[in-house]
Amino acid sequence: MSDVYVMGVDMIKFGRFPEQTVPEIGAKAALMALDDAGLTIQDMQALYCGNLGQASSMVGQRILQQIGQTGMAVVNVSNACATGATAFREAWMAIKAGVYDVVLAVGVEQMGKGLLGGGGTGSGIPREGLLGSGTMPAVFAEAGMEHSRKYGTSFEQFAKVSVKNHHHSTMNPKAMYQIETPLETVMNAEMISYPNTKLMCSVNVDGSAAAVLVSEKKARELGMSRAIRVRTSVMSSDPWQERDLVMPDVNTCTRIAAKEAYERAGVGPEEIDLVELHDCFATAEILHYENLGLCSDGEAGKMIDEGQTSLGGRIPVNVSGGLLSKGHPLGATGIANIYEVSTHLRGEAGERQVAGARLGLTHVIGLGSACGIHILEKAA
Amino acid sequence: MSEAKEAGGPLPAVSWLKLPKGGDPYLEGHKCSSCGAVFLGQREHCSKCGARNAMQAVQLSNQGRLYAYSIVHRSFPGIEVPYISAVVDLAGGGTVKGNLINMDPDPAKIEFDMPVEVVYGDALGRKDRDGNAYISYFFQPA
Repeated sequence: MSDVYVMGVDMIKFGRFPEQTVPEIGAKAALMALDDAGLTIQDMQALYCGNLGQASSMVGQRILQQIGQTGMAVVNVSNACATGATAFREAWMAIKAGVYDVVLAVGVEQMGKGLLGGGGTGSGIPREGLLGSGTMPAVFAEAGMEHSRKYGTSFEQFAKVSVKNHHHSTMNPKAMYQIETPLETVMNAEMISYPNTKLMCSVNVDGSAAAVLVSEKKARELGMSRAIRVRTSVMSSDPWQERDLVMPDVNTCTRIAAKEAYERAGVGPEEIDLVELHDCFATAEILHYENLGLCSDGEAGKMIDEGQTSLGGRIPVNVSGGLLSKGHPLGATGIANIYEVSTHLRGEAGERQVAGARLGLTHVIGLGSACGIHILEKAA
Repeated sequence: MSEAKEAGGPLPAVSWLKLPKGGDPYLEGHKCSSCGAVFLGQREHCSKCGARNAMQAVQLSNQGRLYAYSIVHRSFPGIEVPYISAVVDLAGGGTVKGNLINMDPDPAKIEFDMPVEVVYGDALGRKDRDGNAYISYFFQPA
C-alpha cells in the first residue's frame, strides 16, 4: 500500500463570522490548502468534508459550488468533535485503498456562543440542574475530578494548562486570542463548572481548515521538500465502562487509539516531538498526557508543574494555543491540529517553532465517543 | 401510561425511577444475567458482553458513595446555581448522576467516597406542558 502524504494544508484565522455561510468559510481553507499544494480544484479526485452544525445539508457539495464543481466524489462526515479528523482519515483511507491519488479534506464549523450539551429530553421535563449537569464544562469537570480523586490533582494544576496554552497562542497569529492569562487571572475568572473557569473552557469560534492528501506516486511527482508523511491514522470508539452511562469516558478510547497508533507507526511516545491534543477543557489536557503515554499514570500534574509540555519543554503540547485559546470550531479542529503539526515539521512555525521537530501527533475526542489520532512525519 | 398517572399523581422524572402504588420509590437497573453489567433504563441486549435478551430488572440500592462531582455555577437560564452535579456508585452496582443536596457547594467540604443516600421528592417544581408534576431523585450526605 502506498504511503500517504499531506502536500498542502492550511487554516483560516479562527474568529466569528456570522455574516458568512458555512460553505463560504469552508471554501477559504480549501483554496488555501490547494495553493499550499500548488494544485487546483480540478486536480482533486474526491472531497471529504467534515461539519457538524449543518451535517444534513451537503456542505461539501456547497463548498464546490463556491470554488469549482468538477463532478468529483463528495462525502460529508459528522463525528462530533472528531469530525475533522474523520474527514482527513477517510481521505487517507481512500488513497491507501488505491482508489485515488489526490484528495481534498475540509473541516468547517460556524458556532454560536454559549454552553454546549445538557439539552432537554424531548419529552417530560428538562433534566439539566435536576439530575446533575450534562453541559460540556460539567462533564469534563467531572472527568477531571476523577483524576483528582486518583492522584490529588489540584484546581491550580488544571488552571496551569490554560496559562500555558494561552501563552502559546500569543505566538500564533491564526489563533482566536493572543492574550497572556497569568495563573491568578485563570483561577479568578468566572467559575463555570468547578474546577473549570471560563478561561479553562475552549472558545466557541467559527473556522475552517483543509488538507490536500496524495499518494506516494503523486508526492514524488510534486516534490517531497515540504511533504508530510502520514505515519498512521487511527480511530476508536468508547468501549463499555461501568460508569459510562452517566459519565462519558474520554480516557479509554484515547488509550486504545494511542496504543494502536504507536504500534502501527512503529514509534513510541518518547520519540514524538510535539503533540496537539484535545484540550476542550483544561481538565481534559491533564488526562490526555497520561492517556497518550506522554507520562506515566499519576504524573500529569507533575508534568504541567515542571513545564514539560510548554514550548521548550520535554514534549511541547498545544503550541498552537490549543482549543482553549486558538479556538474550537468543532468540525475544523481535527484538520487544524494537522495543520499545526505539519507547520512545525516543515520548520515554518516562526516564533513558536518546536526546534528540530520530525515527528508529531494529533489527537481529538468527539464525545459519544470517537477518538482520532494521527502521527505525522517530516518526509524530506 | 404509569399507574401514578392514572391515579393523577406525579410522574417519574426518568424511566428508571419507579413509583410503585403504595410502596416506596426506587431506582431500577437492568442487569445482564450473563456478565453482571448493570444499566439504567429498559434494554434488550448487553453492550458489555453482547448477550441477547439477557436483561433482568433489579432494584438498585438507595445507599452509595460519591465517585466524582462538579460544582455547576453557569447553567441555562432559569436553572438555579450553584449546585453539585454528582456521580454516585450505588452499593451492589449501578452508577447514577444527580444533584447532591443538603451539602455546601464547596470543594473543601466535599469528599470523594463520602457516603450518600438516594432521596426522592418533587422535581424542583418542574412541570411538563400538560401541567403534570414530577418526582425525581437526589443524593444527600448519609
